[in-house]
Amino acid sequence: MSRIGVFVCHCGENISRTVDVERVAAQVGKLPGVAFATDYKYMCSDPGQNLLKKAIIEQKLSHVVVAACSPRMHERTFRKAVESAGINPFLCEMANIREHCSWVHENREEATVKAIEIVGMMVERVKKNRVLPTITVPVTKRSLVIGGGIAGIQAALDIADCGHEVVLVEREPSIGGHMAQLSETFPTLDCSQCIMTPKMVDVANHPKIKLYSYSEIELVEGYIGNFQVTIRKKARSVDEDKCTGCGLCMEKCPIKKIPSKFDCNLGMRTAIYVPFPQAVPNTPVIDRENCTKFKTGKCGLCQKVCGPGAVDYEQEDRLIVEPVGAIVVATGFDLYTINEKPKGSMIKGYGEFGHGKIPDVIDGMTFERLASASGPTGGKILRPSDGKEPKQIVFIQCIGSRAREKGISYCSKVCCMYTAKHTMLYHHKVHDGQAYVFFMDARTPGKSYDEFWRRSIEEEEAVYIRGMVSRLYQKGDKIVVMGSDIAVGVQVEIEADMVVLATAIQPQKGADTLAQKLGISYDKYNFYSEAHAKLRPVECATAGIYLAGACQGPKDIPDTVSQASAAAAKVMTLFAKDQLEREPIVARVREAGCVGCFYCKKVCPYGAVEEKEIRDRQGNLIRVVAYVNPGVCGGCGTCQATCPSKSVELDGYTDEQIVAMIEAL
Amino acid sequence: MHSEKQKHSFEPKIIAFVCTWCTYAGADLAGTSRMQYPSNVRVLKFPCTGRIDPVFILKAFQQGADGVLVSGCHPGDCHYIAGNFHARRRFAAFRKLLEFVGVDLNRLQFSWVSAAEGGKWVEVVTDLTEKVRAMGPMAEFKQLALEEQWSGTIGTPELKEAYNAI
Repeated sequence: MSRIGVFVCHCGENISRTVDVERVAAQVGKLPGVAFATDYKYMCSDPGQNLLKKAIIEQKLSHVVVAACSPRMHERTFRKAVESAGINPFLCEMANIREHCSWVHENREEATVKAIEIVGMMVERVKKNRVLPTITVPVTKRSLVIGGGIAGIQAALDIADCGHEVVLVEREPSIGGHMAQLSETFPTLDCSQCIMTPKMVDVANHPKIKLYSYSEIELVEGYIGNFQVTIRKKARSVDEDKCTGCGLCMEKCPIKKIPSKFDCNLGMRTAIYVPFPQAVPNTPVIDRENCTKFKTGKCGLCQKVCGPGAVDYEQEDRLIVEPVGAIVVATGFDLYTINEKPKGSMIKGYGEFGHGKIPDVIDGMTFERLASASGPTGGKILRPSDGKEPKQIVFIQCIGSRAREKGISYCSKVCCMYTAKHTMLYHHKVHDGQAYVFFMDARTPGKSYDEFWRRSIEEEEAVYIRGMVSRLYQKGDKIVVMGSDIAVGVQVEIEADMVVLATAIQPQKGADTLAQKLGISYDKYNFYSEAHAKLRPVECATAGIYLAGACQGPKDIPDTVSQASAAAAKVMTLFAKDQLEREPIVARVREAGCVGCFYCKKVCPYGAVEEKEIRDRQGNLIRVVAYVNPGVCGGCGTCQATCPSKSVELDGYTDEQIVAMIEAL
Repeated sequence: MHSEKQKHSFEPKIIAFVCTWCTYAGADLAGTSRMQYPSNVRVLKFPCTGRIDPVFILKAFQQGADGVLVSGCHPGDCHYIAGNFHARRRFAAFRKLLEFVGVDLNRLQFSWVSAAEGGKWVEVVTDLTEKVRAMGPMAEFKQLALEEQWSGTIGTPELKEAYNAI
């Protein structure tokens, strides 16, 4: 028989004003199983908690119900107090008679009756509560960082500097990401390469960082603290250990006219290449699709000239398994290719802007490469079509972003600022040129951002026209841009030499496939979802996986770096303990009843349900039942409501407990 | 606001099954914002709407509930990734079943109330209470429960009296 103690709190006057607390305590005290009931002015205060502990010991209480505020407020407080008096914390429940009763009702009689019923309900529930042990799982103190852009680099360096090993996986042949492509960065106009490349070298030289470039995630298994990640190391055709990075192979390669992705197809590269001179690792990769040796079997020049003998045409993809305890996802963004409607996508294209058809209509990233000192033009702003300097340039903002009817409703966040930067860079390089910007709004929230934007207008003489462009067409060697200036209410026509489109930021291609491998959630645009928009912005709902950078939503560099460091801090918090403690609200399978239909496995959002084989002593398979891995289970209970044979139960929310509550009403 | 409260002849019993992350927090917010709503509702907390077995709704009606509210996070906001989607599907099918059995579906309401929607919680609870009040007590399931008891023990005084009269 249970000996339940009920403690009714006055909460100063917050509860006792509308609820007759003495009557509640007296009434509840009569319920079967209740051994002790009292009321006190402030249960959560020190004397209140002492009263509780003393009563537990003196009255030999087995269960406790505290009728006070919301369990979201003080459940932890009282469970701790109960634990220190020798009772399992999960034998203590709270009855919410403040937020759900005294504060929302005025009639004292009604509120008192309701409070008695609420407490009665919790008394019936607590009778069915079971002792739950704290669950501990071991932690592998290594972490995986997916993506080697600025977000991944920052997170990897932070974690590695703390002394924990990091496995950094990058899909491209070099780390650096989009930031390595940028010319200068707002709002300080410091050169992106100058602040990025030292960090890339730090990664390469860090004893705690294991870098897998030109590699992809193949498979992720396991759970928080204990992931097993299979990495596909794609065949580079060059032995990284032997290569000295002399670059002779690239000099001798006869295939020299392959458009460089890094230079947004403005520059050319060879078939054996490093994406850019400062690449990390500085090991070339053979583009097998374009290499003569792979196409026809002839050539082999790079192998002949390679002194250390690093070129290896026979190399194959390798699969490597790495055990890690935490994962930081930092896969970054891609720019919206607007010229056509992607197949099967909800997004409509922007064919009307002639991107991809008119050579001098380029996107923002291409402009970055034109303006970059290490770019294909050596930092001169030149038209891609004829190499002339454009004297009239038009920037159009919000291409793709903030257009619900075209499929993307969000703001890409960085375009207002980078367009302002572009007008400045343009003005610095083409002194007699004129920049025009078509914009909807200028969004400049950030330290020194608005000042920067104003400078582009006031000092760098950019002309901002509020309104959108309706049409673009080629006329001779000019591009006619037709738009409206809604501030003045007139139609505008500009004969431009070049047009730059601020296209929307989208998640990397394949972001959804990766999310499915990781078991994390993503929104309809494929941006990864954080666990809580405000209070858990870097954690995934899946335990042990953290987010950094633009894969979670459009972000500029300062925000990305902050989030990456935050994610690293979360990883370090996890690694601070050898054993991981977690709330024991997890599902458990009653194997005797389980028929092995595995509906639970289908509905489990965490992939926590496994198939367990039951064998007799000869080792013959008798049947297969479900098993819930307590380290992975999130505790939602969807499996329990789904189970047709009622063989899985969520500890803390069992059918018995719920039915007892309903029957108490 | 403080006008004389209207006396009703019938006070319905409303049971709310809510998820802990969104609607329970929303109801807490209604409390901290000192909003007022009828005292007829009793809240049962679940980790997720996905945990709510339709049997609980039947049980609630059987135990004398006149109206049942099920509420959780908005689609896409589930703390447990997808529990509310499972709940939505489950209850879409369950409503059909209830309708087939002959339960007035106005007694059973599903709404999404987020942790930030204290006002919506008040609205939903008030609306349901008034709607069910106008419909009167829900007797069908209670009678079923009584019939069940008849085959077993004699539970209520009315039945005892009837038994003694034989």
